[in-house]
Amino acid sequence: MLLIRCPWCGPRDEIEFRYGGQAGLTYPSEPEALSDEEWADYLFMRDNPKGPFQERWFHTAGCRRWFYAVRDTATHRFVGTYRIGEVPPA
Amino acid sequence: MSGRRLPEGGSLIDRTRPISFTFDGTEYEGFEGDTLASALLANGVVGGFRSPILGRPRGVFTAGPEEPSAFVQVTEPWFEAITAATMVDVADGLVASGKAGVGALTREPRPTKPAVHRSRHADSVVIWSAPRSLHPVAYTDAQSQKDPEPNGERPLMLLDGPTPTASSFYDPYDVMPHTTTLGLYDDGYIVALQREAGLDTLWHIRADRVTLSTDAIERPIPFAGCDLPGVMLAGAVRDYLDRFAVVVGTRVAVFTTNDSVSGLAERLAAHDAEVVATADVRDGWRIAAAEGDDAVQVVRLIGPGGERRAVDADVIAVSGGWNPNLGLYRAIGGGLRYDDSIAAWVPDGTGPGWLTVVGAAAGEAIPPSAPFWYVPADDYSTHFVDLQRDQTVQDVLDAVGGGLRSVEHVKRATYIGTAIDQGRTSGVLTAEIVNDALGWELGAQGPTNARPPYVPVSFAVLAGLDRGPTLLDPVRTTPIHEAYLDRGAVFENVGQWKRPHYFPRAGEEMDRAVARECLAVRNGAGALDATTLGKIEVVGPDAPAFLDRMYTNRMSNLAIGSIRYGFMLGLDGMVFDDGVAMRLAEDRYLVTTTTGGAAAVLDRFEEWLQTEWPDLRVYCTSVTERWSVVAVGGPRARDVVAGIGTDIDLSAEAFPWMTWRDGIVAGVPCRVCRVSFHGELCYELHVSSWHGRHVWDAVMAAGAVPYGTEAMHVLRAEKGYVIVGQDTDGTVTPDDLGMGWIVNPSKGDFIGKRSLVRPDTVRPDRKQLVGLLPEDGTTVLPEGTQIVAGDGPIEPPVPMLGHVTSSYRSPVLGRTFALAVVRAGRSAIGTTLVAATRSGPVPVSVVEPVFYDPKDERRDG
Repeated sequence: MLLIRCPWCGPRDEIEFRYGGQAGLTYPSEPEALSDEEWADYLFMRDNPKGPFQERWFHTAGCRRWFYAVRDTATHRFVGTYRIGEVPPA
Repeated sequence: MSGRRLPEGGSLIDRTRPISFTFDGTEYEGFEGDTLASALLANGVVGGFRSPILGRPRGVFTAGPEEPSAFVQVTEPWFEAITAATMVDVADGLVASGKAGVGALTREPRPTKPAVHRSRHADSVVIWSAPRSLHPVAYTDAQSQKDPEPNGERPLMLLDGPTPTASSFYDPYDVMPHTTTLGLYDDGYIVALQREAGLDTLWHIRADRVTLSTDAIERPIPFAGCDLPGVMLAGAVRDYLDRFAVVVGTRVAVFTTNDSVSGLAERLAAHDAEVVATADVRDGWRIAAAEGDDAVQVVRLIGPGGERRAVDADVIAVSGGWNPNLGLYRAIGGGLRYDDSIAAWVPDGTGPGWLTVVGAAAGEAIPPSAPFWYVPADDYSTHFVDLQRDQTVQDVLDAVGGGLRSVEHVKRATYIGTAIDQGRTSGVLTAEIVNDALGWELGAQGPTNARPPYVPVSFAVLAGLDRGPTLLDPVRTTPIHEAYLDRGAVFENVGQWKRPHYFPRAGEEMDRAVARECLAVRNGAGALDATTLGKIEVVGPDAPAFLDRMYTNRMSNLAIGSIRYGFMLGLDGMVFDDGVAMRLAEDRYLVTTTTGGAAAVLDRFEEWLQTEWPDLRVYCTSVTERWSVVAVGGPRARDVVAGIGTDIDLSAEAFPWMTWRDGIVAGVPCRVCRVSFHGELCYELHVSSWHGRHVWDAVMAAGAVPYGTEAMHVLRAEKGYVIVGQDTDGTVTPDDLGMGWIVNPSKGDFIGKRSLVRPDTVRPDRKQLVGLLPEDGTTVLPEGTQIVAGDGPIEPPVPMLGHVTSSYRSPVLGRTFALAVVRAGRSAIGTTLVAATRSGPVPVSVVEPVFYDPKDERRDG
């Protein structure tokens, strides 16, 4: 049971959260201007690093806010969490 | 072996509190603080147990959770299917019997010990094994963990054992006695089981730091007959003496690889027992065999020069060295290294930063041991390695001889380490026997991993108070639920909701009830509780623009007072959910979702608003349970609503299809919506939940026939209305459903729009929704039935063209029909395909997926 620090609520049990996948994917401003390949890349392709990974999390059973986290995928350790608009922790 | 209780001593027993218990039908006396094992030994009970596979006689082998032999079923005062006798505290009225192998449940429910779940937090937690043979080591090493926290909180100690009387050692701690830690999890999460008289508590504890002092577990040494009752771990012999004042025998032979047995002879001599022989591996002496009928009688020793001795004995105390007890540490990711001096694995310093291992568990002050894994012999068939799996040295050698090298494979070939004790006494032995047989160096590969729970846990404990017919999942009912109970409705689970499936009349089967309900809607008036549909209010100046981006069609130009049906797609263009949007005001909509999709739709709205479009001024509120919805439908629906009294003009001209009106219905405020999920004239009555039952009762009194979800399914399928999640499965686009009209490409971007022109989504041979009419008119095709080509014999491999998504018997059509998704199905309309049912191929005509009133001539009544 991971202990996840919601940037709004503080540390809470993992079961209060929903995982939201890779962070930093911005919805294209003009999807129709993208080629099929570019659109498929946005739609399906995700990074899968071993080590620190910027992710989105959703505090489903808490404040219901989305936030970001940097988590080490090899150790499960959270480097840090931050609010939308904040600078990721190093 | 003739155990007996000493007249004094025993750190764990309370002699002022004698206890009567029954084992295998015989009544015995023990003391408060005894385990079942110690009390039996005190009564001179030698064996009484059997091995699970070979049926060999077995006795108590250890004094703790590593016990591999003495298993019992407890029937009184609480039922426990199987547990180690070393883990059962005797209590008045305890009834237990020996149990070989696996536990068995009774057919009748038996009372189990009450159990609750509790949570707590702590800055520092010390996980402590009961003081045992090596405890002085652990004591000193844990001193650094005893200081109070800066906030004054005392470290929490999870003590696997009773609190010893008057020990200042425990003063700095907040001690939870009788608490076995079952598992360690990420970020200092601990699950522990506290067993107290009359109550078990499953604790969930979050700790900032965890100190593990789980001591060490002694290894046995396999020799011929090493499983006979009377063969015990040397530490257990000492534990029973120290803790329970039980001398387990009078003539004790000692077999050791290390110095942990020193002093045992003197201790026993003081109580009229003697060590009759000592075989120290380091001096070249071994015990070759134990012999006896049902217990140890003779011990055969072999010396460094091959000399042989035979000695009468009733106990063999074995110490093959000590393994740090690291199951909890390894399961959370701690690694091991081999320590030659103690011939065992110790923590290698890895593992989570919040965890510290101390004392014997860290390999500290464990007596050096010779690396010795079994006594060489010509015949290894009774050199038992894993007593609980009846596996011997020969079985391990056979596995290696069969080509297995990894202990993981040997474990799976022999099942060593897979029993209740998880190989606590056999794991290291097995690894080293394998290493040795392969000619590898000591410690080349370590023991297999043990996983939580550390000791067996009953389902009764895991369930705690969450018992009974409703179990863990909440049951959601609408405010009208009681009325359905009164009518004898049969319910269907839809998500967590209980919805009436149908309303049988006396003696009526489901088919007849559903047919009657369908015809009531087609020919008269029916009423359905639609309360469970998800309802979300979307409010704010940007609500129109937001909904335009979420739905495939335009919601911003919807007039106040009007309703529009819409699809939401995934980014991949596949249908995600459907529902209607009502415009309540310039900046206010109420949207409905499927019953099962309500939470997912709200999540999705919030996700896009927060992460992609935080500039949009929109708030979303779930109002599902604020409203009760009674849908009154059928040619007579207008009469029913008028009959219960309303100030709303119900005429088709004043109140057209796909609009809503606020007014008074049956004396209460009501929002009436002209939407229909069956094609007949329909008024959905949305009222405050307080008034749901009132309106339902009024509608019933006015003569509407209640109908359930099954009739609702039939009626909507007759009209070709899809159910998202039944006729779609996440791979279906609006066009696949023949509903391309719902996509408005001329408005701006919306979720999934770009994907609708991907090469894959515009393939002409995608699966498309069609209607199917079984040619016999009577077969109800099972939903999920595969559709295959209709011409020629069916020989594998058979290309699958699609499958049936909905299938019913239609009373109004007088025949059966189905909806299906079929490859390039629209171009197959007019042809015959075959439904491959379990009872044989059924020819089906492919038709348009609208079976009734295709021109929508009935919806105005």
